[in-house]
Amino acid sequence: MSAFLALVSRDLRIAFKDGGAIGIALGFYLVVVAIVPIGLGPDLNLLSRIGPGLLWVALLLSALLSVDRIFHNDLEDGTLEVIALGPLPLELVATAKALAHWLSTALPLVLLAPILGLLLNLEAGAYPAIVLTMLIGSPAVSFLGALGAALTLGLRRGGLLVALLILPLYVPILIFGVASVDRMLSALEPSSQPLLILAALAIATVVLVPLAAAQALRVNLG
Amino acid sequence: MYSLANPQRFMSLSGRVLPFVAILAVITLAVGLYMAFSAPPDFRQGETVRIMYIHVPSAWLAMMAYMMIAIAGLGVLIWRHPLADVAAKAAAPLGAAFTFLALVTGSLWGKPMWGTYWQWDARMTSMLVLLFLYLGLMALRSAMEDASRASRVTAILALVGAINIPIIKFSVDWWETLHQPASVFRMSGSTIHPDLLWPLMVMAVGFTLLFFALHLAAMRNEIMRRRAIGLQLRRVDNAAAALAT
Repeated sequence: MSAFLALVSRDLRIAFKDGGAIGIALGFYLVVVAIVPIGLGPDLNLLSRIGPGLLWVALLLSALLSVDRIFHNDLEDGTLEVIALGPLPLELVATAKALAHWLSTALPLVLLAPILGLLLNLEAGAYPAIVLTMLIGSPAVSFLGALGAALTLGLRRGGLLVALLILPLYVPILIFGVASVDRMLSALEPSSQPLLILAALAIATVVLVPLAAAQALRVNLG
Repeated sequence: MYSLANPQRFMSLSGRVLPFVAILAVITLAVGLYMAFSAPPDFRQGETVRIMYIHVPSAWLAMMAYMMIAIAGLGVLIWRHPLADVAAKAAAPLGAAFTFLALVTGSLWGKPMWGTYWQWDARMTSMLVLLFLYLGLMALRSAMEDASRASRVTAILALVGAINIPIIKFSVDWWETLHQPASVFRMSGSTIHPDLLWPLMVMAVGFTLLFFALHLAAMRNEIMRRRAIGLQLRRVDNAAAALAT
């Protein structure tokens, strides 16, 4: 357990110390959300209707931008080999690194979402709903991203490949993420059913994905 | 079963089987196409129902090919079976091609029937995601230089995808009924008339035979490609050894 926590806190310290990667992800999130109204026209009614979906899509893209970093730097300077030889099973290494990514990148993105919602004229009730669904769904985003990073470990242009590999796997998260916002706000029949399915998907992802990611790390580390 | 694990045995056996499968596929497809064109047009869909005879077998094979890749992936990861990776590698472009064919024929059918080439219908959406999964598998394999590493990493991705396909299917179904419940055409109401069902069955068998013929041929090509690479490497080794002495 202490090795696990040490790895998480090490990754967090690295992420916050040189801050650059988090800043890039947050900046990318802001730019994507800002560029869509410029493309669609400044119709506030339209924007408030597509707002939750737009925030979710932009979150997935911004998170993907940074998942490459989960294993890459550690592979380059040899740390990953040392960690792999250490006492912590690779499954827990993958879990720790995905968790650190969630804490350092996905969580700030989630917290930025309501501020970006102001640009999209979201209705007042949508803010807590969006933050809640993103809090529940975003761990799956980080963990699947870590799987993509493990599969493409050490490849040149791995970052672009991760997007092609992982975005199809994000489809259920996106569907239930946006639907749970819609259904929580729905005046006709509010329901928490999609939110519960989203939670189930996220839990299953967090438990199962490290097994596959560890296997991929084993193959790629040789 | 164990004897088939030997690529040499596989080559001699598949070499004998392949012509029969290929000829059978051609005959079945010829009969199926004749039946498809001589079958009566559908009451509501008219002549466009004939697209179904290409579309439905393509969609079946698109899913069968992925299942095959996933099972081969187990073979790669658990038994390190030398032929499993060959089978998985050969099936991926075929599966992608049949998925693409299913999407294109569905889209051509959709234009006269739905009035649009693309409808975000649950089946179309999940087939599109399946196409992305195939493209991802092929891209990941081609990005890796080391063949044995590529085989195991793509096997992991194939298995993750196989677990995900039912989830994606479920979520897309759920999403689509939420967005547009009534507009979608459903087959379930009326069972297919035997006059239309028979050509479909023959075409399905013909397409499956075609798939196996193409797959066997692709596997044979892949084995020969690997042998050619092996021979070249041996020649380089020999030349290096000759220089050293």
